[in-house]
Amino acid sequence: MRVVEKTQLMSATEIDRTLQRVAHEIVERSGGTTHLALIGVRRRGVPLAQRIARAMRAIDGVDVPVGTLDITLYRDDLSMVAAQPVLQSSEIPFSVDDKDLILVDDVLYTGRTIRAAMNGLFDLGRPRRVRLCVLIDRGHRELPIEAAFIGRTVQTSDMEIIEVRLNEIDEEERVMLVERVP
Amino acid sequence: MEIVPYRFNDLLAIEPLRADEITFLLDQSKPFQEIQRHPLKKLATLRGKTVGLAFFEPSTRTRISFSTAASRLGADTMQLQAESSSLQKGESLLDTVRTLDAMKPDCIVMRHRSSGAADFVARHLEIPVLNAGDGTHEHPTQALLDALTIRDRLGRLDGWNVSIIGDILHSRVARSNIHLLSRFGCHITLCGPPMWVPRELEHITECGAPVRRVSRVEEALDGADIVLMLRVQQERMHEPKLPLDEYVMLYQLTQDRLRLARPGALVLHPGPMIRGLEIDPVVADGPQSCVLEQVTNGLAVRMALLFLLIGHGGEESPAKDAS
Amino acid sequence: MLLIKGGRLLDPASGTDAAREILIDGERIVAVEAPGKIDARSGDAQEIDAAGLIVAPGFIDMHCHLREPGGENSETIETGTRAAARGGFTAVCPMPNTRPVHDNASVTRAILERAQSAAHTRVWPIGAASIGSQGEALAEIAAMQKSGVVAVSDDGHPIATAKLLRQVMDYCRSLGMPVIDHCEDTSLAAGASMREGPSSIRTGVRGMPAATETIGVGRDIQIAELTGCRFHVAHLSARGSLEMVRAAKHKGLTVSCEVTPHHFTMIDEEVGYDTHRKMNPPLGSREDRDALIEGLADGTVDAIATDHAPHEPATKEVEFDRAPFGITGFETALGLALELVHAKKIGLARMVELFTTGPARVLGMQRKIAAGEPADITIFSTEHRWTFRAAESASKSRNTPFDGREFRGGPMATIVAGRVVYRR
Repeated sequence: MRVVEKTQLMSATEIDRTLQRVAHEIVERSGGTTHLALIGVRRRGVPLAQRIARAMRAIDGVDVPVGTLDITLYRDDLSMVAAQPVLQSSEIPFSVDDKDLILVDDVLYTGRTIRAAMNGLFDLGRPRRVRLCVLIDRGHRELPIEAAFIGRTVQTSDMEIIEVRLNEIDEEERVMLVERVP
Repeated sequence: MEIVPYRFNDLLAIEPLRADEITFLLDQSKPFQEIQRHPLKKLATLRGKTVGLAFFEPSTRTRISFSTAASRLGADTMQLQAESSSLQKGESLLDTVRTLDAMKPDCIVMRHRSSGAADFVARHLEIPVLNAGDGTHEHPTQALLDALTIRDRLGRLDGWNVSIIGDILHSRVARSNIHLLSRFGCHITLCGPPMWVPRELEHITECGAPVRRVSRVEEALDGADIVLMLRVQQERMHEPKLPLDEYVMLYQLTQDRLRLARPGALVLHPGPMIRGLEIDPVVADGPQSCVLEQVTNGLAVRMALLFLLIGHGGEESPAKDAS
Repeated sequence: MLLIKGGRLLDPASGTDAAREILIDGERIVAVEAPGKIDARSGDAQEIDAAGLIVAPGFIDMHCHLREPGGENSETIETGTRAAARGGFTAVCPMPNTRPVHDNASVTRAILERAQSAAHTRVWPIGAASIGSQGEALAEIAAMQKSGVVAVSDDGHPIATAKLLRQVMDYCRSLGMPVIDHCEDTSLAAGASMREGPSSIRTGVRGMPAATETIGVGRDIQIAELTGCRFHVAHLSARGSLEMVRAAKHKGLTVSCEVTPHHFTMIDEEVGYDTHRKMNPPLGSREDRDALIEGLADGTVDAIATDHAPHEPATKEVEFDRAPFGITGFETALGLALELVHAKKIGLARMVELFTTGPARVLGMQRKIAAGEPADITIFSTEHRWTFRAAESASKSRNTPFDGREFRGGPMATIVAGRVVYRR
């Protein structure tokens, strides 16, 4: 499958500004941060969650714990995954019981990843509340799943792909719209 | 973690695997160790898949381990047990396995008393075959779970002094462990009565230093970091059979003998142990004994392997954001 | 009448290696002459063009299994000898481990009657040494010899005890027949499926050490010396056994031995779990193979014999330790022997001896191309390239490790009693 770059949707500065704004929103709309915890969905949800936690610490001095979740084992569509799925570990160094969880991911598309993430979370315990925070919402939902905190909403077609590139993983920082070429 | 795609359709033996491939398999077992600590241990990952368990040799522990591994991943199992199998009625191994295969399992986990049986079946079936022990040849998941246990307890697999004690000639556990640990530069000593430790074992692996053979257990334990005790088996012939009292006198792992090893040396045993025979009960239950972790790790390793071999659709990688 | 023209005659008995023409009338050779010398007698003779080919006395395979009576699912006298003819053999010696065991003259007659009507080559059967080859009582050896048996053996097993062997050898010496033994110490062989060594240790297959055979050879040579009987070691596979045979010959004893093509071609490292590489005695070590090749060259080995052992596919498609021993061999023997010639390990004339005068001498017969002799002739090429395909074999069985092997040189035509039984 070949891809062709079409446009840059967000620059490094814009990503940073968006994350700062989202961090504020979360604090504002959580009615207290005592039970708050962030869970980054592997892979790119992880650095995003960490940055949001850092931003929260800077804004309000709040220390929100961050966990990471690998959803490979919880997918409902392993046939869609590569011939050899690779497992990363989940690391959630706190109990999820009674927590006010924010799931963090880079792109919200069909919603299946988030459904898998919730399966994983509920295997660990019983959170008080789970809300979703994404950098980009690109529409085309196949399940009744919505994000409470959205960086940016982008209209896309099925042939398009949104690539979020982050320094921690991709050694560059921007959000690109690319297109599949037959 | 270095990603090293598994290049075989089956898991038949440790011998063809490289060190980096083994490390990857152990790394992929870690999430499954983690899952065992959850309140809810059951996943739906392999839902809809079926694991065929064909155990032509009696085995309770390994069979339950594989069976549990499959169920915890959400898979169903099909179980064939030697005693109640039609092999008693003269049906050939190939026919028995083909009958199982006709019911369309996604893989077969097999234990058989003939060396090479898993290889034989794998040559005739398309679906993956996992060797749960073939004759005296190999028991790859045992070596992997032993390695995971060692790595967790000691922090690494490299360069240890490992002593394997017992009937090495007839032990598939010994062979698999020798192949695995030699790839990590471990120095391996084999110990037992000479009839059970033939000279050819010194060169069984082309990897690393030649394996050392000694007949006195004290020599084998001196300076050992890891002690692997083999079972005294009733069902697979020891040849010659040694009077058990002789064996206990010469080779039992007692507390005194264990003190000859390095402080904190690990004691591993594939199980089941016969306390008072090859191992002193105090040692078996002592802090250096890893037997219970071996069992837990066995489950994790087997879950990881089932996931690796049948937990996929086999198509190309889809778009990056299939989320 | 048959006229073989244009070929190079290699006849060990007369030491001839020259261009010759051979005229055959009925079942006999009537003339062997330099080219052009054979006169108008040959007027209406069918001509066989042997240009570029070697013409040799008819090959003899002194150790094989035709399975009939009793094992017709895997081979019959007809199919086995057809495969033998395709391999260039004009005479074969089937071993007695049939069902029933060939231990009395009525079985001999039954076999020879069948051979008369169906065989493509001569059939010179080997009879059992003991009743049922059970190793207890002497078989009807003299009666079998009278009916056509050429030697005795309990092949499949060694002759059970030294005492019995002594009785058999005493008897056979007076009858002028050789005793052929499958030399083996049964306690060391029990339960084993291959040669004990680094390969068997790695694959976890129970092995038998080389001493298994050598111990048997040692016992038998002692008894042969005691009785003065002609003794022949079947399918010799180990260097130690060869050294004993060499020493016995040096001492002047009538001891001989044969080696199979698979033993001088393959070694234990190549077995793995392939049941098409499982036979008894098992493939030996590299050193054994090298020693056997030396023995073939220096005369210590008297004959190449195939030990052709057909088995139905279903019986071989099982776990390694459960599979029966044995592989087929008629059609690949000459090709494999020529590999040794091409590699300059043995001479061409020596190779022909190993297929002709060597086995003949062991059996107390002659094998030569001369006027008056039976017209048994093997014509072969040393250059013709061909591939052996198990699926096209004339044998009923397919248990061979040589499927797909490419050969340089092989049988081109086989003539038995003046009849062309095989033509490529």
